Amino acid sequence: MTTSTTATSGKHVPLPVREYRAGVHDQSRDIMTAWMGQLKDATRGSTPSAYLMISGNCVEILRCFDILPVFPEINALQLAIRKKSLPYILKAEEIGYASDNCAYVKADVGFTLSGGVGPEGNIPVPSLIVCNFVGCNVYIKWFEHCAAMFNAPLVMLDIPFIREDRPSPEDVRYVMAQLDELIRRCEALTGRKFDIDRLREICRYSARAEAGWSRCKELCKHRPAPFDAYFDSINMMGPINALRGTKEAADFFDTAVAEYEQMVAEGRGVLPEERFRIVTEGPPPYPYYRNFRNLFETWGAVAVQSTYSTVGGTWEFGFRHDPDRPLESIAEQMLVHNLCNRTMTDRYAQIRRYVDEWHADALVIHSIKSCRLFSAGQGDMREYFTRELGVPTLMLESDLEDPRYYAEAQMKNRIDAFFESLQYKRIRECAART
Amino acid sequence: MSFDEIVQQCRDLNELLPAQALEQARQSRPGLEGFAVFPVYAPVEIIHAAGLLPVGLFGVGGKLEIVHADARFQSFICSIAKSALELFLRDEMSGFRGAVFSSICDVARNLASLVKRNAPQMFIEYLHLPQNMLNERSHEYTRAELDRFRANLARHVGRPIPDESLATSLKLYNRVRRRLRELYAFRREHPGSITAAELCTVVQAGSRMMPEDYAPLLERLLKLASQRPAHPRDSVDVVIEGAFCEQPPVLLIETIEAAGCQVRDDDLLIGWRWFREDVPVNGDALSSLATAYLTRSEYSSVRHDGASPRTDGLLQRVRSAGAQAVIFTPAKFCEPALFDYVPFIAKLDKHGIPHLKLEFEEKMWTFEASRTEIETFAESMLFE
Ligand code: SF4
Ligand code: SF4
Repeated sequence: MTTSTTATSGKHVPLPVREYRAGVHDQSRDIMTAWMGQLKDATRGSTPSAYLMISGNCVEILRCFDILPVFPEINALQLAIRKKSLPYILKAEEIGYASDNCAYVKADVGFTLSGGVGPEGNIPVPSLIVCNFVGCNVYIKWFEHCAAMFNAPLVMLDIPFIREDRPSPEDVRYVMAQLDELIRRCEALTGRKFDIDRLREICRYSARAEAGWSRCKELCKHRPAPFDAYFDSINMMGPINALRGTKEAADFFDTAVAEYEQMVAEGRGVLPEERFRIVTEGPPPYPYYRNFRNLFETWGAVAVQSTYSTVGGTWEFGFRHDPDRPLESIAEQMLVHNLCNRTMTDRYAQIRRYVDEWHADALVIHSIKSCRLFSAGQGDMREYFTRELGVPTLMLESDLEDPRYYAEAQMKNRIDAFFESLQYKRIRECAART
Repeated sequence: MSFDEIVQQCRDLNELLPAQALEQARQSRPGLEGFAVFPVYAPVEIIHAAGLLPVGLFGVGGKLEIVHADARFQSFICSIAKSALELFLRDEMSGFRGAVFSSICDVARNLASLVKRNAPQMFIEYLHLPQNMLNERSHEYTRAELDRFRANLARHVGRPIPDESLATSLKLYNRVRRRLRELYAFRREHPGSITAAELCTVVQAGSRMMPEDYAPLLERLLKLASQRPAHPRDSVDVVIEGAFCEQPPVLLIETIEAAGCQVRDDDLLIGWRWFREDVPVNGDALSSLATAYLTRSEYSSVRHDGASPRTDGLLQRVRSAGAQAVIFTPAKFCEPALFDYVPFIAKLDKHGIPHLKLEFEEKMWTFEASRTEIETFAESMLFE
């Protein structure tokens, strides 16, 4: 245990670096590893597989046909977190990708060109490429390139961006018709008829997982928060986005809820001491995940909410897949209930709710060079939160995949200076009260 | 007026900031209001039918210092996004009712939000143009999207945008686009007759003129062009690709031609020349526009077309222009252009077509380095 240091003592005593070992972490690793095992097996077998993107996805439909979903974004993420991304990025740059292109794409392409996909690799050659264009325009490029590399058929799911209060009937019909197109392609691929009852069953599992995930996030409203909704969310984002619709994912969230509820009941937080509650915006720097996390933990800063954890869905605001309206609810999820398909100012409103309802002290924006979907215009976001709302805001810059953009010393200086000033602010406020 | 004088007039018009260009248009049309059009494509017919002057928002070149937008957009964002935002932050868009953006890239999408937030008095529309050209509902969706814009804009300006006005505007813009196609065809067929810098100057001027005035200007130019002596040179015939959104400085275009290349075709300002053929004008104008978008659009880095990949489009463009090489001019940090560069060069390499990449940004003042690169490239081809 650390020596107890209150934020009012004035001196920063760093908290020790934790070794996070809990049931949630282990179980997440187990079910994700099992899925990756299936991917590996499929490289040599005949199981059909399909590429799909994370944001607002329709994995339920693939599952309904027993088509193995493959997520190149998860592949890229794993390369980065294992510190293996750079050689692949460079390989992609050799064939013409620019240093300014999203490095997720480059790492994945470099990995593919190096034989990572196919019989000698870990990932099966996709039988189908399902481009769920939900917000990110890079998705289209990425999957066009994949389709060319594998000579695989590409199904385009063009999901109209949210540009009015709600999608129009034509938006919905357009999406439904494209889902129908996807179903027909899946039928042709597998030789199986679409079974809506099976889809209902899958949506039931999805809804159960979504309810669990929402409950976990809800629990972070407690002080102290039982987990870090940025750094620990990654353990839950795999199951909710990639394994959604399976019994394993639904069960996993039952475990997570039980564990976190118990922590809350016992008054235990994720850190030995929770000193600052923050909301984070933007993806983390995966190549330096641990280092980055430690820079916050040493200050006792816990993310009680994060926008990144909602790229797949904003379930904490109530949306669930609906077994009674499976396809309609899949369309709604893709159109409305995820971060990526909504405007920048919708995101400001989302963060504002997080700050208010999750009782946060500050906002941390991690500006990612690769990902303009997140980052383009975050200077305006900082302006809005600091100047207009008076929320202390820290803006940091690096990358989620390319280690060349992470400068540890500079990061540390900025983070330390920010929390020092927050601490100082507290002291002043405390003094003013007494 | 001579050909050169018309081009000079266009050049002068392009030198103005959008509000100044509107001011100039007001001299013959008092009270005219403007509506900004962010690249690439927008249904300008709807804006024109609302009685507004559609004005292309292509950044500000060096005409305005970027002071505020740099704090909103990071260093790794293209210049056009910054300078477009700067215009609104500095209140440099007086006389404009609003602006339209579309789903071309992640930056443009966020930009639309930022402009809307920072210029609350403006009507900001964001169009999600379709990326699936082939679905049975694609047409219904596209038409509805155009109609949504029409309804919102009509509400904002406080007057209806009737079908008849749309049909009139469609005819006018058809005429403009047809003349531009003819001008392009003329250049292809008569190398050395019109320089690339002249042509893009003329096209850009069209993005700040009423089509009623612009179409006759193009017709005069076409007539004058045929009387103009051509100056074919011993140079490499090229196609320019990648300049569909932010426009390369005219100086860069001039440098390309001065350093040993002759431009035979390009995708400069392609959004203003978007359709390969006329849009049919019989029947429902929005339905015709929707059909044309799905089936008659030029290939583009911002439009996925399952039936005809843009790599084929580029190859076709090179062949029909009789070009020997391609010069890519992506704006710095422009993801759609930089991503497409990879499949484009793969295709060109497969067909033995040489290529060169020249990135640019707004605050580039000298092109000496580019000049050397182009010269080396051209020489290597000429003396091969
Ligand atoms: S731009 Fe962002 S959302 Fe899009 S693929 Fe890259 S990292 Fe993912
Ligand atoms: S220049 Fe490229 S990145 Fe910038 S707004 Fe235009 S298309 Fe988007």
